[in-house]
Amino acid sequence: MVGEAGGDAEGQEGPLADPAVDPAGWTAGALARIDSATSLAALEGLAQALTGKASALAQAHRRLGSLDAAERRAVGQALHEARTRVEAALAERRAQVAAAEREAQVAAERLDLSEVLAAVGAAALGARSPAMLGVAGRGHRHLVERTREELEEVFVGLGFEVAEGPEVETDWFNFEALHMPPGHPARGMFDTFYLEVAGAPPGAVLLRTHTSPVQVRLLRSRPLPLAVVIPGRCYRRDTPDARHLPTFHQVEGLVVGQGVTFGDLAGTIEAFTQAYFGPRIAARLRPAFFPFTEPSAEFEITCTICEGAGCRTCSQTGWVELGGCGMVDPAVLEAAGVDPEAAQGFAFGFGIDRLAQMRHGIADMRVLLDNDLRLLRQP
Amino acid sequence: MRVPLSWLADFVALPEDWREVARTLDDLGLVVEGVEETGVGLEQVVVAEVLAIDAIPGADRIRRVEVDAGSGRVQVVCGAWNFAEGDLVALAPPGTVLPGGVRIERRRLRGVESAGMLCSARELGLGEDQSGLLILGGRNGRGSLGGTGDLQPGQPLAEALGEGPDVVLDVAVETNRPDALSIVGIARDLAARWGQPLRLPEVSAATLGPVPTGELCSVVVEDPDLCPRFTAWVLTEVTVRPSPALVARRLRLAGMRAIDNVVDASNYVMLELGQPTHPYDLDALAGPGLRVRAGRPGEEVVTLDGQVRRLGARQVAPADDRRDCVICDAEDRPVGVAGVMGGASSQIGPGTRRVLLEAAYFDPMAVARTSARLALRSEASVRFERGCDPAGIERAVGRLVTVLGWSVPELRVAPDPLDVVGNPPGPRPVRLRLGRLNGVLGTSFEATEVRALLDPLGFASEPGASGEELVVTVPSFRPDASREIDVVEEVARLYGYRRLPRRRFRPDQVGRLGATQRLRRVLREALCGLGCEEAWTPSLLRPGDDELAGLGPGGVVVANPLTPEESVLRRSLRPGLLRALAFNRGRQLEGLRLFELGRVFPEPDPARVAEVLEGRDPERSVLEEREVLAVALADPGDDARAAALCWTVLAEATRVVGVTLAQAGFGPAAVVPGLHPTRSAWLTGADGAVLGALGEVDPAVLAAFGVGGQRVGWLELDLGVLRAQPHRADQLVPASRFPASDVDLAFVVGPELAAERLRQALQQAAEEAAGESLEAVALFDVYQGPPLGEDERSLAFRLRFRSPERTLRDEEVAAWRVACIEVAERLGARLR
Repeated sequence: MVGEAGGDAEGQEGPLADPAVDPAGWTAGALARIDSATSLAALEGLAQALTGKASALAQAHRRLGSLDAAERRAVGQALHEARTRVEAALAERRAQVAAAEREAQVAAERLDLSEVLAAVGAAALGARSPAMLGVAGRGHRHLVERTREELEEVFVGLGFEVAEGPEVETDWFNFEALHMPPGHPARGMFDTFYLEVAGAPPGAVLLRTHTSPVQVRLLRSRPLPLAVVIPGRCYRRDTPDARHLPTFHQVEGLVVGQGVTFGDLAGTIEAFTQAYFGPRIAARLRPAFFPFTEPSAEFEITCTICEGAGCRTCSQTGWVELGGCGMVDPAVLEAAGVDPEAAQGFAFGFGIDRLAQMRHGIADMRVLLDNDLRLLRQP
Repeated sequence: MRVPLSWLADFVALPEDWREVARTLDDLGLVVEGVEETGVGLEQVVVAEVLAIDAIPGADRIRRVEVDAGSGRVQVVCGAWNFAEGDLVALAPPGTVLPGGVRIERRRLRGVESAGMLCSARELGLGEDQSGLLILGGRNGRGSLGGTGDLQPGQPLAEALGEGPDVVLDVAVETNRPDALSIVGIARDLAARWGQPLRLPEVSAATLGPVPTGELCSVVVEDPDLCPRFTAWVLTEVTVRPSPALVARRLRLAGMRAIDNVVDASNYVMLELGQPTHPYDLDALAGPGLRVRAGRPGEEVVTLDGQVRRLGARQVAPADDRRDCVICDAEDRPVGVAGVMGGASSQIGPGTRRVLLEAAYFDPMAVARTSARLALRSEASVRFERGCDPAGIERAVGRLVTVLGWSVPELRVAPDPLDVVGNPPGPRPVRLRLGRLNGVLGTSFEATEVRALLDPLGFASEPGASGEELVVTVPSFRPDASREIDVVEEVARLYGYRRLPRRRFRPDQVGRLGATQRLRRVLREALCGLGCEEAWTPSLLRPGDDELAGLGPGGVVVANPLTPEESVLRRSLRPGLLRALAFNRGRQLEGLRLFELGRVFPEPDPARVAEVLEGRDPERSVLEEREVLAVALADPGDDARAAALCWTVLAEATRVVGVTLAQAGFGPAAVVPGLHPTRSAWLTGADGAVLGALGEVDPAVLAAFGVGGQRVGWLELDLGVLRAQPHRADQLVPASRFPASDVDLAFVVGPELAAERLRQALQQAAEEAAGESLEAVALFDVYQGPPLGEDERSLAFRLRFRSPERTLRDEEVAAWRVACIEVAERLGARLR
């Protein structure tokens, strides 16, 4: 009746003891077989034979009911211990065998990757190259990155430089220098992710909520005049919805120098709008509030869906909101070490993702997070 | 802020078309976000008195109702149960089209004729209640709308309620404009823009009571920094009853509920003038007086909404001292949270006869912190935290007394109200230089034009010291304007941003991309050419993702993540890209090559962090962020070689030179964490800097991300290091017109000699021997198998020699060949 336990090993080692009668003997025999197993497949067979439903162990367990109470407890406990030890041994051996199998596989798969480098140019010498990379078709830039590149090109064409800055920022650069001291109500406009960083007090280090801290960094490090655009990734602690993701991309513009006026701002917004969207799309400004600009404005463009006729996208107004702008607040210039009486300028900013969404008709931004090949390959 | 146009029209003459109002508001920065037309469709609805209610045999949900609709008895079938005989209700006769567009027809239900419909508030567009009929009044003394005293059956409902067609604009008010959180504030901007007079609300002279306020109650302000001005007024001869129809209707249109005439008058004035007030039942206060002080930590208040609020419980901003301002009764027990919400114990009830009215100016920051701390926002707190007008208190109280007087003509106001004044903000003089104004706006305004724009806003001005200057007095209701630049904005706003001149601006420089931006484009272009799709994965990962991808423990943690799935800053792009592969594989979209360019964030260096926080060095970031390119190659047949090939293409595209592979098992290099131990290598620059790595993703890592059972080629490059590598020279080497001599050499090598190492040795030897006559050395064949040993490979190289100036002689090529063989043999290679 113990005959079925053991598989291959049994022939060499003889039958196992009855676990109900001699649990220690059964366990010792079982452990020996486990130790001598050398493949995961063999271990699987052993596990079935030793602890599976048809095993002697399971049968002994099923017979417990016919024993009297005291005996049942003693035998039951012995069977339980035997099972525990065998299962632990199986797990340990499995890990050993798996590691050995992996090691063997890894060794067998060894490649000298430098062969590929050594073969560069072989084809030009009239020889067949030992390694080839098949290319089935052309890949695509990401929609958001493509939009960002197009924006960079438009602004470069308008005479701007392109600059960037860190995504992990200090409270000072992200808020305080931008005319939002601690406790300032306008901070409520920015739901912020704070970071736990060794060496910094709580709340001091954060994921930038906008690209505007780069304004301060540039003003503090670069000579004037300055005409830059700053694209980059930003973060806000907003629950994702069809139009917003907690991770998003902005482009910021900053012009500071002598005699730069609100009229220059309006002219730049207009020039950008026409350059990017085409001559049928106009821009207009309306008053708004941002702590880091004064006067501040929201800028709107002709609705690109209806071209101003009025539709659902623009709530029949013919205009859609694109971004914020204004004259750099003197307090920001001061924080950045620039004398606001000697130089002034304007800043603007808007979402790159939103432009991509408008241009490509992305109904729900959350689909971008999947990197679904069917979307990556369009349009 | 919901603005009923009929209310707005009390203070400024409006054009016929509401669209013109909305356009002007938009242009003033008071953006209209929604429009609601109300009161349309009530023309035919009449007041009806319920005469009889009878069951319909066999029907248990509907009843037969007879009403008097002014012109005799009318029978309708009704499914509501909340009314009784004698109630006045609203009847829509057949032919009526209700506000929602529903047309009422004569019908038969269970054989009973129904000549119209009795309506709920919701059906009439008069509220949200649809639980039963709208009860207008009647001899049962009930009524869910305020102030419907003398209704007659048959009276048109619109007339009975004072309910004409109206338009409600939903205006988005920016946080810096507390004055515009009021009908009058919005009217002021419109009047200024249109050059119309602003008509302030009528305040009728109050009838004074016999006893001075000071003898009826007391006020102590312990913390004047929290409450710079506190006034207390006592109103007597009060009768609490429903508000007049006009008040109730306006509150409803503005989005508030009518409660009783006292509370409604307070809310009405808050909406109209922006000043919140709070009425207490004077006789319900323990001790006739109020004490204003900072709450003690742990102190509790039961607010009007029945919630227990614990004060000072936590810090909500770095500078927060956790002091919540409370109003206490004369026995020092809190009866309300100042500026946020009153307490339950002293609220106005049906029996209230004497009202203690609080009208105060609380410190905006203190109210903001308390509101955040208690997670409790109210119409009052929103206004106080943005800044109310400390000088507007008298007008607001006068108006409240006037409004309450409409329903309580016998109302008395105790003389000599109590007024505890600390240091509230007042009107501020601001020097406005015309040169500065025009310099910022690009305009050429004269002083008279500027004054004409500012005056109607309440910004009085006088010529300053020079003719080029104005001294503008900013009124106390405009806390947003305290500096010259703020006044400049007001001038621009009132003039109209759209009318300001635009100038075609052109920076005095050549616009250009930076080196990193150009590098990205080169990489993107090359990778797209290799059939790779660009992906975009989140910077925030699940805890343990980087470890699963083979990196050690660590990673900067977000203190307040939205979800644990996005709570650790990535140190590698691998988890994101592998997850993208898994997503696509789950949709039978295989054969995918992906790449991503993005930042990764290493462990912080506390010394660096401290330095950046302290020094505000614009050139230093808190973390040493790195921008990385990662490529995952999972096309059929892709493996570590594909990654190496991908690198050779990128090296060519970026023209970097001197980059070599350091692979474990071929020299001293360590295994690349997370990559296949025998199929991966580091990429090192000529200066020893690590550019990145390439190879295959470790099968165990692939399995952990659910993409096991395939090979995924992997290439990872640090853009900063890549950019710093030396580049191929720009100078062309002329092509020789003489014939080439090829030498093919096959070597048998042991397991530890890398092919590229041997190639470089051959190249060096050939260069030393042949000088500029060496043209190229490349591996062109690899063989393993019999008769070679198990660990051995045969590597066949072609060396091409060609002189720039002559045809080579066989003997010299033969000598070079020998030199190369010698070098190879010194590395342990054996010529085959």
